[in-house]
Amino acid sequence: MVKIKINNKEVNVKTNTTILDAAKENGIDVPTLCYYPDLHINSDCRICSVEVEGSKNLLTACSTPVKEGMVIRTNSSKVLNARKTITELILANHDTNCTACVKNMKCELQSLANQLGIDENRFPSVLKQQDVDDQNPSIYRNPNRCIKCGRCVDVCKDVEGTHVLETMFRGHDVQVTPKYGKFLSDEDCTFCGQCSSVCPVAAITEKDDSIRVLDALNNPDIHVIVQVAPSIRVSIGEEFGELSGGEWTGKLVTALRSLGFDKVFDTDFTADLTIIEEGHELLHRVQTGGKLPMMTSCCPGWINYAEQKYPEMLEHLSTCKSPQQMFGSLAKTYYAQSEKLDPKNVYVVSIMPCTAKKYEAAREEMQVHENIPDVDAVLTTRELGKMIRQMGINFKELPNDEFDNPFGITTGAAAIFGATGGVMEAALRTVSEVVNKEPLESLDFKDVRGMQGIKEAEVELGGAKVRVAVAHTLKHAKQLTDQIKEGTSPYAFIEVMTCPGGCIGGGGQPYGTTNEKRQERINATYQLDSEMPLRKSHENPYITEIYEKFLKEPLGELSHTYLHTHYKPRGKLK
Amino acid sequence: MLEKKMLTKRFGIVNPLSIKDYIDNGGYISLRKALTMEKITIIDEIENSKLRGRGGAGFPVHIKMLSLAKEVSDVKYLVNNADEGEPGNFKDRALLENDPHLTIEGMIISAYASGATKGYIYIRGEYNRAISIMKWAVDQARDMGYLGENILDSGFDFDIEVRTGAGAYVVGEEFALLESIEGKAGRTRVKPPFPTERGLFGKPTLINNVETFCNLPFIIEMSGKSFAKIGTPSSTGTKLISLSGNINNPGVYEVPFGVTLRDVIDTLGGGVPESRKLKMVQLGGACGPIIPEFMLDLKIDYDRFEDFESKTGAGAIIVMDDRHNLFEVLLRIVEFFGHESCGKCTPCREGHIQLEYLVKKFLYNESTPKDLFSLESLARVMHQTSLCGLGQSSPISLISTLGYFRDEYHNRIEFAGKE
Ligand SMILES: Cc1cc2nc3c(=O)[nH]c(=O)nc-3n(C[C@H](O)[C@H](O)[C@H](O)COP(=O)(O)O)c2cc1C
Ligand code: SF4
Ligand code: SF4
Ligand code: SF4
Ligand code: SF4
Ligand code: FES
Repeated sequence: MVKIKINNKEVNVKTNTTILDAAKENGIDVPTLCYYPDLHINSDCRICSVEVEGSKNLLTACSTPVKEGMVIRTNSSKVLNARKTITELILANHDTNCTACVKNMKCELQSLANQLGIDENRFPSVLKQQDVDDQNPSIYRNPNRCIKCGRCVDVCKDVEGTHVLETMFRGHDVQVTPKYGKFLSDEDCTFCGQCSSVCPVAAITEKDDSIRVLDALNNPDIHVIVQVAPSIRVSIGEEFGELSGGEWTGKLVTALRSLGFDKVFDTDFTADLTIIEEGHELLHRVQTGGKLPMMTSCCPGWINYAEQKYPEMLEHLSTCKSPQQMFGSLAKTYYAQSEKLDPKNVYVVSIMPCTAKKYEAAREEMQVHENIPDVDAVLTTRELGKMIRQMGINFKELPNDEFDNPFGITTGAAAIFGATGGVMEAALRTVSEVVNKEPLESLDFKDVRGMQGIKEAEVELGGAKVRVAVAHTLKHAKQLTDQIKEGTSPYAFIEVMTCPGGCIGGGGQPYGTTNEKRQERINATYQLDSEMPLRKSHENPYITEIYEKFLKEPLGELSHTYLHTHYKPRGKLK
Repeated sequence: MLEKKMLTKRFGIVNPLSIKDYIDNGGYISLRKALTMEKITIIDEIENSKLRGRGGAGFPVHIKMLSLAKEVSDVKYLVNNADEGEPGNFKDRALLENDPHLTIEGMIISAYASGATKGYIYIRGEYNRAISIMKWAVDQARDMGYLGENILDSGFDFDIEVRTGAGAYVVGEEFALLESIEGKAGRTRVKPPFPTERGLFGKPTLINNVETFCNLPFIIEMSGKSFAKIGTPSSTGTKLISLSGNINNPGVYEVPFGVTLRDVIDTLGGGVPESRKLKMVQLGGACGPIIPEFMLDLKIDYDRFEDFESKTGAGAIIVMDDRHNLFEVLLRIVEFFGHESCGKCTPCREGHIQLEYLVKKFLYNESTPKDLFSLESLARVMHQTSLCGLGQSSPISLISTLGYFRDEYHNRIEFAGKE
C-alpha cells in the first residue's frame, strides 16, 4: 500500500495501481478515450492527463503508476484546459455530425465533449475527407470519424492475433487502416467485429441492416420471422442500461412481437439440432476412422479464418452448418411447407451477437433455394437495441412472453452455446449418453468453462478415454490448429470461438464489453442452464418430432442437404 | 583560453581510419585500466564526475548505468544514439568522423561496467561518411581484440553493430530509436517501463549519446573527482557546441561549461557578418528557446537552461541577425516539427497543423487577440501533454518568444488588416 493525495484527500491505495484506478477506487472519474480495459495501454490520446506535484508536465492517469507521497489533482483548471484543448483538436479533424451518426448518444467522444462543456471549437476543421469502406456485408469503416486511438489495432493484433488493421503513415497523415489494402475485404479480415466493439466513435461499426428489416416488416405480403441467438438474452438488458442477466428473455420476445415479427423463434432450438448432428458426426468419424480431431463450425469468424489460413485443413471442420443457418434452411423448407407459404415470401431475420454472421448469411452456400438466402438479414444485439428504442418501445416495462413453436422449446445445452466451452459441454452431454447408454451422473463439465484461453478435458466414451479442447480467440485457435498441422494434436474434438468468452463477448454485443462484463454474461448463461427443465439436446421433444416428421435420421439424406455444408479455400473475402 | 580541447583533442591529429593512430595517441589505455577495475568502482567514478547526458535531456549518466547493472537478464543492450537529426546540431558527426574510436572505447567501458553484452551505434542515415568510418573502426577494433569475445583477455564479451537511421528526426528519441532497430515504424512507446527495464527486444537497454560515451575514457583516465573540477559545480566537463546561422566562423567548438553565450558567439564565432545587428539566438536546436540579444551573458550550464523548461543540452547555438522575421522563423520550426511528428499522440499530431495556421495569421497580419490566446494555450498544452520529447519541446521556441518578443505579437494584431 502507498499513501497518496488525490484532490486534497489522503488515501491509501495498492502499490502499482495506476492513477486512473486509484482515482476510480476513491470515487473520482478521470475521463479516458484511448484506454480500454484488458487492452494494451497506448496512452496516446492524452485525455486522462492529470497534474502531479513535482512534475512539470501533466501525466496520463491511465499509464502512470502511483508512488508513495504522490500529490495528484485530476480537475485543476490547468488539467481541464488541457483536456478541452485536446478534445477540440480531435474534433477539428473529425467528421463531427452527431445527429447524423449511428453512435449518437453512445459515443465516447461525444460524451467527453459534453462533459467538458465544449460549446465552440477554437480550431478550424482540417479534415481531409476519405472514402468509407462499405465493401463487405459485416463491417462498415468510416475513416473520417477515426480518432486514431489504436484500440482496434490492439484488439485485432493482440487479442485475435489477426493483425488486419495497422496505424499507417506519420504525423498528421496517420491513419488507422487495413495494413496493405484499402478495404477490409482486401485483407484476411474475419469480420469478427471485435474492432467495432471497442471503437469509441463511429469509425468502425457493424453494417447497418435495420432499415432493410423495417422495410420487410412493413411489407404486408411478406411473412417475417425472427430467430434469437442464445447469447442475446443475457446481454440485451445492457442495451437499456440494465445489468447482464437472463431475466430479460420474456421482454425480448414481447419487444420482437411489438416490432411486428410474425413469429418469434429461438435459435436455441437449432443449437440443439446442431448438437445432434455434430455429435453423430463426431461418433461417425471416430468409428469409421474419419478426420480427427473434428473442429466445431458454428462460429463464422473461425470458418473465415480457417478458409483463409488453413486451406489444407478444412476436412477437420465439422460439416454442420451453424445454428443460425440450420434455422434458415429449415425455415425455408420445413416451416414454409407446414405453414403453406412460398419460401420466396418468408423473410428470416436473425438477432446475433456477431458481425461475422452477416457475412455467413450472405454466403452462396447458404441457399437451399437458388438465389433466396436462407437467412435474409442479420441484426446485432446493438442494432436490435436501437430498433426497439426507435420504435418507442419501453423495453423495461414490457410484459413477458414466450417463443413460438415449433422452434421455441429448447434445452440448457443450447442455452450455453453462447459461452466459450458451451458447445463442447452440450455435445459431451449428448454424446456420452448416446455412447455410454446410461444417464450422466453430473451434467456439469466444469473443465471446459471459464475465460482461460485454451481449456482441456478428458472424457470416457464407450470405455475409451477421449481428450477434447476448447479455444476462444483466433490467437488461441491458431495454437491448437498448428498442433494438428504438426501432427501432435492429442485431441478428438475441438471447439473454437473467435470472440473472447465466446458469443457472449461477440463483436455485435452491447458497447462496453470487457472481460469483467463477459464473466457476468457467462455466469448468467450457466444460471439459465441450471434452471432449465431440460438440459440435454437429445431430450428436446421437438427435436425428436422434427426427425420423425421431416429429417428422418441424423446425418441422413435430408440432413445432408439442409443442415450440412462444405468449405473452400479462399484468399481475401470479397 | 575559451576553448578546452578534450574530446576534440585528436581532431586533425589522428587519421580516423587508423586505429594505430588512435592507440599511439593514448587511445584504449582507459579501457585497459577499466578492465582491471571493479565494475561498481567504475560507476562510482562516473558518479563522482557528475557527468550528465549530452543528447539533450542532461540525465545523470551513472543512474542509468546502475539501473542496467541491477537488471537480471541473459541479454542486455547498449545503444549509442548518433541519430542527430535536430537542425543546427552537427557535433556528433564531428566526433564520429574525426575520432571514431573514442566513442567506441566509451561504449566498451560502459558495457563492461553495466553488464551489457551487445551494442548498437545508430547513425543518422544522411551521415554517409560517418557511417563508413564507424563501420571501418568497429571492424578494426574487433580485429585488434577490443571487441568480440574475451576482450583483451579479460573474459568480457561485447560486440558492436552499426545501424543506419531511416531519416526521421523523431527516431532520435530513445524509444522510437529502439522500435526502429527492431524493424518497426519508429514511433515512441509509453514510459514506464523505461528502456533500462524493458528496452530493445524487451530486454534491459542503456542508451546514451555519442558525446556522452566520449567522456568516459577521460573520467577513467583522470578520475571522476578531477573531471568534476572542469566546468561548473552543476555541469561538469566540456560541451561541444554546434555554432551556426549568421556567424562569421560557424563550426564545432569544445568549451568548458560556464562560458557565456556571448563568449562563444563573439570570441569564437567572430560575431555576426557584415556588422549587422544580432536579433535573436536559438539554443539547442529547432526545439530550443529563442532569446534576445540582451540575454547573451547567460552561462552554458544545464541548470540555467532548465529555466527555459527546455532540454537545451545538445549544445546548438543558432544566430539570427536583424533581417529575420520572427514569424517566418516560427513558421519554419512549426512546419518542421509537424512534418517530423510520428503522429502517435493527439496534441502533437493534431496540434502542429493548428499552430501552423495560427502562426500564419500573425505572419500575414490577420491575427486577433483571440488568436494570441489560442496560440498560447495550444502551445502550452502541447508542451505539457505530448507523449514524447518531440511534442513536448517543439512549442518551446514559440513559448519563449511569447515572453521575450511579445511586443511583436501585439504589433501584428494591431496592424491586422491595415496593411
Ligand atoms: C524528438 C527527439 C529527438 C531526439 N534526438 C536525439 C538525437 O538525435 N541524439 C541523441 O543523442 N538524443 C536524442 N534525443 C534524446 C534521447 O531520447 C535520449 O534522451 C538520449 O539519447 C539519451 O542519451 P544521453 O543521456 O546520453 O543524453 C532525442 C529526443 C527526442 C524527444
Ligand atoms: S462519432 Fe461521435 S462525435 Fe463523431 S459524429 Fe458520431 S456521435 Fe458525433
Ligand atoms: S473484424 Fe476482426 S479480423 Fe476484421 S479487422 Fe476487425 S478485429 Fe480484425
Ligand atoms: S477505428 Fe475506432 S478504434 Fe480504431 S483507431 Fe479509429 S477510433 Fe480508434
Ligand atoms: S509527441 Fe509527437 S513525436 Fe512524440 S509521440 Fe507524440 S506524436 Fe509522436
Ligand atoms: S486514456 Fe490515457 S492517454 Fe488515452
